[in-house]
Amino acid sequence: MKTLLTIILLTVSSFSALAVEPSEILSDPALEARAREVSKGLRCVVCQNQSIDESNADLARDMRVLVRERISAGDSNAQVVEYMVSRYGDYVLLDPPFKASTYVLWLSPFLFIGLALAAAMGIYRRREASPVGGEKAQELSVEEQRRIQALLDEDGGGGS
Amino acid sequence: MIAETGHFALVLALMVALVQATVPMIGAHRGNALMMAMDKPSSYSQVLLVAFAFGCLTYSHVTSDFSVLNVVQNSHSKMPMLYKVSAVWGNHEGSLLLWVLILSLFGSAVALFGGNLPPTLRARVLGVQAMIAVGFYLFMLLTSNPFLRQFPIPLDGKEMNPLLQDPGLAFHPPFLYLGYVGFSMAFSFAIAALIEGRVDAAWARWVRPWTLAAWTFLTIGVALGSWWAYYELGWGGWWFWDPVENASFMPWLAGTALLHSAIVVEKRDTMKAWTIFLAILAFSLSLLGTFLVRSGVLTSVHAFATDPERGVFILMLLLIVIGGSLVLFAIRAPALKSTGVFKPISREGGLLLNNLVMSTGAAVVLLGTLYPLFLDAVGGGKVSVGPPFFNSVFIPLMLPMLFAMGFGPVLAWKRTDMVEAAKRLKLAFIATGLVLAAMLAIAFDGPFMGIVGITIATWVFMATAVELAERIKLFSAPRQALSRLLRQQRASWGMTLAHMGLAIAIAGMAGAGGWKVEKIQTMVPGQSVNLAGYDFKFMGARRAQGPNYTIVEGTFQVSEDGNPVVTLHPEKRNYPVRQMPTTEAAIHTLFMGDLYAVIGDPEGSEGGFVTRLYYNPLIAWMWFGAFVMVFGSVISISDRRYRVGAPKGHASGKQVGAKA
Repeated sequence: MKTLLTIILLTVSSFSALAVEPSEILSDPALEARAREVSKGLRCVVCQNQSIDESNADLARDMRVLVRERISAGDSNAQVVEYMVSRYGDYVLLDPPFKASTYVLWLSPFLFIGLALAAAMGIYRRREASPVGGEKAQELSVEEQRRIQALLDEDGGGGS
Repeated sequence: MIAETGHFALVLALMVALVQATVPMIGAHRGNALMMAMDKPSSYSQVLLVAFAFGCLTYSHVTSDFSVLNVVQNSHSKMPMLYKVSAVWGNHEGSLLLWVLILSLFGSAVALFGGNLPPTLRARVLGVQAMIAVGFYLFMLLTSNPFLRQFPIPLDGKEMNPLLQDPGLAFHPPFLYLGYVGFSMAFSFAIAALIEGRVDAAWARWVRPWTLAAWTFLTIGVALGSWWAYYELGWGGWWFWDPVENASFMPWLAGTALLHSAIVVEKRDTMKAWTIFLAILAFSLSLLGTFLVRSGVLTSVHAFATDPERGVFILMLLLIVIGGSLVLFAIRAPALKSTGVFKPISREGGLLLNNLVMSTGAAVVLLGTLYPLFLDAVGGGKVSVGPPFFNSVFIPLMLPMLFAMGFGPVLAWKRTDMVEAAKRLKLAFIATGLVLAAMLAIAFDGPFMGIVGITIATWVFMATAVELAERIKLFSAPRQALSRLLRQQRASWGMTLAHMGLAIAIAGMAGAGGWKVEKIQTMVPGQSVNLAGYDFKFMGARRAQGPNYTIVEGTFQVSEDGNPVVTLHPEKRNYPVRQMPTTEAAIHTLFMGDLYAVIGDPEGSEGGFVTRLYYNPLIAWMWFGAFVMVFGSVISISDRRYRVGAPKGHASGKQVGAKA
């Protein structure tokens, strides 16, 4: 029975290392904290959208161990990231670098904000240009006026 | 036979939808009442036919009919009944069937309750709905038929992905779809209004309950999704800026903007074209969301290209719906005359700011989600756009809006004085300042974003509370305050609750994001680990058998200063059919945070196990906040003034009663 349990547990384990394992953790808490920090910004390159810090994949484990090796060898965080990029390319960075291929990505938010401001200014300018007397409902038939008035009357009920 | 009948019903539904998409529209154009009146019976027949088809597929799944390919690929005879049912929509083809079922339900709801809609408007709205339905029926029948047979018949199925075999995820897609499809109502109303060339307060009132309902469902769907991620993925994360999450978040942002701009149309007869645009945007993003998740394009552009039939159809459908509606918008929108004027510092100005920030936010999320695909498609190489990008762009965008959100409700319509508004919020400023000071006093070096988040959440909550207190004159005339409180319109209750709910949710996000504590180690039975003041004692693990999985269940006794708090039983499951493990975290929710335990693999010879223990401060507030938002929204929908077809006599009677 015990062997059976062991076999089953081993089968389970072979498919399911869950992110950072105790065996990977560096003994120096300061170095380990840096390793975690760096790992969170690196993509597990075989996963859909996970950092190596979160991923269960074997490759993510190898990458985590690699990060820790470099940190233990005395690399700075930036050097570790640089090393990983040299091995896996820009794809490994969850925070996309600012370069020719990502100018559009990083600059578009400003464009969007600019467009939003332009839209707001357009709306206000048009309002100012329009006659102030344009307040009352236009182009409505008598029947529609009456119905809207009825709705508006209901409106006054609770709010006063 | 059952599957073929379902297939046939779907074909019939397509035929009915073709009629509904044309005859009432022509009737509305010609003023032919008889042709317009086709809208109701065809809506009803559509819902009956699609419900029948859905019933057929469900029957095949429930009875584990492995001659149906869809059942083989997504079900297994040993799966619990709940998941046999949820497997119906847990796949591409079935989810599309659920989509059209909900679409036809909404359509028939308009037919049933839309008695007070002008006949031309109703005919056009239902006509547009039917056009959307035609697109989906064709897509299903031509490329994604759920009723295909499999021969030879296998002995058993391949089972649904174990990660999806979870109560939270069983109900997540239906709510999400209720939200997505709900925005199709706003879309149909918008297109109908463009055809008619008129948007007025009455139109805004008709659209409002549908939009609110869609928003409510979508909020539930998104919250369920993040809750599931929290307890199922096993390390306490709850939002990953994953494309699949973004797909549901974008329509939520656009829908939130739409809700707010529709108020301006209703109350002030302005921002009409903008509101129509938002309605088109919200639904376009919903469509995009549906297809992003289901088409496989996210895994890789190449996966999309290997199945060109579906991919091309999806692109065509998106092009027709989005492109067509935008062309119509460009032609007709300039004719929509707005009459209300307002200054930037005004209620309208505040709502407009909300709109602009929300749509900018949606645009940023869209950009970040599609950029890697776009770059890869044009041969620009592979790039990852992950949480760091979204956080660094999205959060700075939202913070000013949240600050402005406190002011919004105290601003008067048309024009107002900022200083006057700030004075009215004096108490909220003081409370926020006190909370900030207290936080800095306790932990000056605390996480920056956590402190910012709690501060802004306090501000939004207090400003909303102060506005409510002002409205009921709590301070100037406290004697009647209670009766005034009870007489508040439900729509304004909805606003107050929804804003407070958002504040609570943001506090939860900030707490969990900023102060999470984690310990990963190997523990042998009897060993204790202290985490955030709680002692987690590992009592050992045992093995058990579930219906279609094996279990390793650990036991932790948690105590605080020697007083027992709770016993946690995290599980690790293995699903033999797919050879896939899942983690079932054990969570105990306390007011100030969640105790969260996960059991991993056995380690060493002394019965040791890898364990992951977390303390997630305030995290449950996030979902409680979402619940409050949903509750506020439901209250708002129930407002008599917006109820579709509310009898007039009743309403005026209530008004007299309220004034007396």
